[in-house]
Amino acid sequence: MLDDEMHAAIADADVPDSTKQEMVKYLEEKELTPGQFEAIMDGIEEEYTQTRIEPCEACGIVAAQSLGEPGTQMTMRTFHYAGVAEINVTLGLPRLIEIMDARKEPSTPTMTIHLEQEYASDRDKAREVSWQIEAAPLHEFGDIVTDMANMKVEMRLNPAVCEKRKITVEEILERAPQKIKERRHYRDFEAEADVAEAKITFYPKKESYQNLFQLAEHVRGVIVQGIDDIERVVVRKEKGEYILYTEGSNLKDVFEVVGVDTTRTRTNNINEISQILGIEAARNAIIDEMKSTLGEQGISVDVRHIMLIADMMCMDGEVKQIGRHGIAGEKESVLSRAAFEVTVNHLLDAAVAHETDILNGVTENVIVGQPIQLGTGDVKLIAKPLHQEN
Amino acid sequence: MTSPKRVGKIEFGLLSPKEIRQMSVRKIIWADTYDDDGYPYSQGLMDLHLGVIDPGMRCKTCGQKASECPGHFGHIELAKPVIHVGYTRLIRKLLRVTCRNCGRVLLSPEEITKIVGEKKDEITGELVTEKDIKKERICPYCGEQQLKVNFEKPTTFSEVFIVTDDNGKEKKEEHKLTAADIRARLERIPDEDLRLFGIDPTVARPEWTILTVLPVPPVTMRPSIILENGQRSEDDLTHKLVDIIRINQRFKENQDAGAPQLIIEDLWELLQYHVTTYMDNEVAGCPPARHRSGRPLKTLSQRLKGKDGRFRGSLSGKRVNFSARTVISPCPYLEVNEVGVPLAIANEMTIPVPVTAQNIEVVRSYIRNGPERTVLTDPPGANYAIRPDQRRLRLSEENKDDVADQIEPGWTIERQMQDGDLVLFNRQPSLHRMSIMAHHVKVMDGKTFRLNPAVCPPYNADFDGDEMNLHVLQTEEARAEAEILVNVQENILSPRFGGPIIGGIHDHISGIFLLTHEKRWFDKSETLYMLRYADIEHLPEPDKVVDGKPYWTNKQVFSMILPDKINMIFKASSCEHCEVCKREACERDAYVRIKDGELISGTIDKKAIGAFDGEIVTRIIRQYSQKRGAQFINDVTRLSIRGIMHDGFSFGIDDEDLSKTEYGLINEMLDKAEDDVRRRIQIYEEGQLEPMPGRTEEETLEMQIMQVLGKARDRTGEIASRHLGLSNSAVVMAVSGARGSILNLTQMAGCVGQQSVRGERIVRGYDQRTLPHFKRGDRGAGAHGFVRSSYKKGLNPTEFFFHAIGGREGLVDTAVRTSQSGYLQRRMINALQDLKVEYDRSVRTTGGRILQFQYGEDGTDPTKSSYGEPVDVKGVIENVLKEEI
Repeated sequence: MLDDEMHAAIADADVPDSTKQEMVKYLEEKELTPGQFEAIMDGIEEEYTQTRIEPCEACGIVAAQSLGEPGTQMTMRTFHYAGVAEINVTLGLPRLIEIMDARKEPSTPTMTIHLEQEYASDRDKAREVSWQIEAAPLHEFGDIVTDMANMKVEMRLNPAVCEKRKITVEEILERAPQKIKERRHYRDFEAEADVAEAKITFYPKKESYQNLFQLAEHVRGVIVQGIDDIERVVVRKEKGEYILYTEGSNLKDVFEVVGVDTTRTRTNNINEISQILGIEAARNAIIDEMKSTLGEQGISVDVRHIMLIADMMCMDGEVKQIGRHGIAGEKESVLSRAAFEVTVNHLLDAAVAHETDILNGVTENVIVGQPIQLGTGDVKLIAKPLHQEN
Repeated sequence: MTSPKRVGKIEFGLLSPKEIRQMSVRKIIWADTYDDDGYPYSQGLMDLHLGVIDPGMRCKTCGQKASECPGHFGHIELAKPVIHVGYTRLIRKLLRVTCRNCGRVLLSPEEITKIVGEKKDEITGELVTEKDIKKERICPYCGEQQLKVNFEKPTTFSEVFIVTDDNGKEKKEEHKLTAADIRARLERIPDEDLRLFGIDPTVARPEWTILTVLPVPPVTMRPSIILENGQRSEDDLTHKLVDIIRINQRFKENQDAGAPQLIIEDLWELLQYHVTTYMDNEVAGCPPARHRSGRPLKTLSQRLKGKDGRFRGSLSGKRVNFSARTVISPCPYLEVNEVGVPLAIANEMTIPVPVTAQNIEVVRSYIRNGPERTVLTDPPGANYAIRPDQRRLRLSEENKDDVADQIEPGWTIERQMQDGDLVLFNRQPSLHRMSIMAHHVKVMDGKTFRLNPAVCPPYNADFDGDEMNLHVLQTEEARAEAEILVNVQENILSPRFGGPIIGGIHDHISGIFLLTHEKRWFDKSETLYMLRYADIEHLPEPDKVVDGKPYWTNKQVFSMILPDKINMIFKASSCEHCEVCKREACERDAYVRIKDGELISGTIDKKAIGAFDGEIVTRIIRQYSQKRGAQFINDVTRLSIRGIMHDGFSFGIDDEDLSKTEYGLINEMLDKAEDDVRRRIQIYEEGQLEPMPGRTEEETLEMQIMQVLGKARDRTGEIASRHLGLSNSAVVMAVSGARGSILNLTQMAGCVGQQSVRGERIVRGYDQRTLPHFKRGDRGAGAHGFVRSSYKKGLNPTEFFFHAIGGREGLVDTAVRTSQSGYLQRRMINALQDLKVEYDRSVRTTGGRILQFQYGEDGTDPTKSSYGEPVDVKGVIENVLKEEI
């Protein structure tokens, strides 16, 4: 048992809170002599001082190596089934490259949508939310007939399906022609809705078979319910609650759906996170995505390295690529940029702009042949022996 | 030591024609290089004023020898101006945004303030872009109507006039702008307007991008080489310059003779072409200039660009002396921080020793030993003596005694390598800092570098023909730094995850597993045999005495190499993670408990001493020191090798034999699985298959088949491993974590299993079938790459073919991956290389920008951390309380 004095000693120790909590957790149930307690305290404080990072450490290079070296051990296999068997996710090295490239859109965007309590515990309610999210094309709601004799496309809604999917006939009839025009940019038709019959008829503006079939294609494919970018939603029960996994991502629209727990819902589209939730969220997303990508491959890398890379990518308030079009291409030093990629252009542009390289970084100093300003090369204080001969 | 001067900064700017003429030592007018006697023409491209390349000659400009003269520039006066290809985009922009008459920016002062803001004086960089200015507007200063400027790659500019013809119709007419016209226009742009475009007119007037005079680089940067047949072969740049001068001279002659406009224009274009390809021979829209053999010339731009260019190839990557390279092979009796160096290499590699009053006698003995050391045990000799005036004397059997008498303080001699010298050892690809470590030399027989197999993981080395490099440190500072920072023991813990990267591998683990598994007793001679190489003075109390003979347990033997104050509890690799841990009663002996440096229970295996895991190694380093950790690795590798030799360890084809009943079970198992597959196919063909959500029926079927067959394969493995116990070497290796897994054993003894391409069964091949051995549309297991046989039994022809398909995918995968991950790492290094931890523990770029206020948010060094945690609380407590918590 820890007595008050011990608690106070732990609270006063010069160690991080997580360490203190861990100590309390382990020692709470133990019978300790004061001597043992002191030995533990000493051991922990000593170890803490030992593990501080040393000044002048080239932490950037160490971080880059720590992520680059295991890259060779990763699989190339693009598709893997992470967690859910039904949804494909890019993993391994391609995913890591994708994150660091800061692509606008990942090759397999997916979301993990958590639900609010009342929806999360009920399968039917969870399903309801999924209807609101999954993009449903019109043909899923009834039968579409292409009437070639009368040059028209006739759609008959199935009220049972509408009922099941919690959408009214009116809504569909109103939305279908509107969305064909807005989302699919096809305007050469006229539509006639009949709410009572749950029927809608489309006529091409110019009568030709080509136009008719084109129109039929648009009618079939127009998305009348759900969010356009989200092609598929899978409902899964995990740890006692229902979770939605999606193929396709649209954070902003999903946040507006009733029943979605916005605090836990996430996407693997980092650019989207940075747009909607801000740069700090994007930084955390980069860290999480990299951690899970590496973890899935069974590679252990200290978070600090990943944090450093994420911080570097997000330093200027927007997610920047690791490479020519991002950090490496925007460095101050001309020589460093020239040594990386597109050598000649950097030199020519530097001349016109009268750029000056003040030789701060690593590459520049290697190029001119002098010690780099990292590690032992950065120490400027040199002791002179008191009695020096000569 | 004089403190070396630092280069403060490097400024970039354009050379003005005036500067070019000023720095020129010679005007070049002759296109020829050497006359018939092999003597360079005066005012030719190889003029002696441009520097010397032949040894023994002196430079006509500076009077220095070939090794000292850096060379001097000459110049060519061009007959007419030509455009510099690299600046065509800048010229295009300037032509479009400035007035064709007065040269001012096509923006009124108000518009400028609107774009730039009020603080006009502080402006740097590009502020006004092409998009800010509307095309074809009227100049706000002189009222001139602007015209559209067209640009055609590589160097053609033209203006578009709109002419009204006789019928009143508007017609577009293009007029070519000559380089001279463009130069005149650029000259008119005032300085203050240039600043708006990020151009600094003090060093870069835009008209300087149109060349009127061309600098001729010194001969030292385009040396001619003499071929074996005595013929001279000129550098590509010289060839190109010859072309330029020839056309330039012809152009001048034609101009003076008053040749027709058409011919002048043709020659002008030709001159432009040659100057263009001289600068860059890979310009779009321009045929590359070629050598007589048809090979494209390597001109200025090509010299700088790319992996082997000046920047990446010569400036960022420098070549070194005092290095050696040869094949590596293992030597278990070396310590981890030693490297065995062949005598031939040790004789060649030297260390400079300054002669002082104190060491002069020792140095004399080195010189007297001579440069030819033939026997390992001989003391080292010396190869060179350097006099105080920096003259080097090569030592030989003849002069060694003379030189030995001559030397006095102030000389330096280069001594041959001897045992204990510190060297850097490296294996490419150098992916992390542990790819270069400092080792102590051990001069050895043979022709290979020798290293302890325990240091293979950080280098990622094996002995299938790998070669490694070795560098001898030349200064005292370098040696001090290497000893403190680069030494092997300093690198046992990896900064990647804070665990040991050096530790036992392969037989070390099998050996220590066999030695420490369960409880056995050794008599005195056996015990001593095991501990022969460990630094031990006394044996402990024997565990039991039978018939007056003392016996020690295997756990006691292992405990001998453990430090005294170690207390820890963990689960070995062989732990099966039972629901309720039986602790000391574990039937696999996987509950490892060490109390006061004594192994109480459990088996030592990969988890305890292996590279990447090594719990004991980590604990020793954290509790004692890195040196003690290295010592433990040395001891454990030697002990385990002794252990494995005591019992013997081998693996042969009959180790994969199973009994008849097992083969029966396996066959039954596989038959059942194949039946199951057939049944599912039938369900699918009848259309009765319920698809999984979001999948087609076919995809669902494929997934089910893969699952069924995968499970069947695993079952055969279970059957096989049930039969093969710990008496089987493969099982020992798999269980201890030394090499291989139960899956490998399954494939050897049981069933190889489904071959796949991109995670799917093999589907490609002939029309509706993979091979002509099957019926069209056959979806069965065998027809799509299920290998039913084991490696032991052998594969039938179709199985063999499928296996090759699956194997090929793996090979392609590796090839693609190495290049991709290599590029990713290069990019990451480039992005992060300038970061460092400051004295206040914040992370900043060398330019001073703050990235993190405290490194990693808690200031903990990942190398020293306990798998990421700043303090190993559990470990500390366990060590004090000596019990599991």
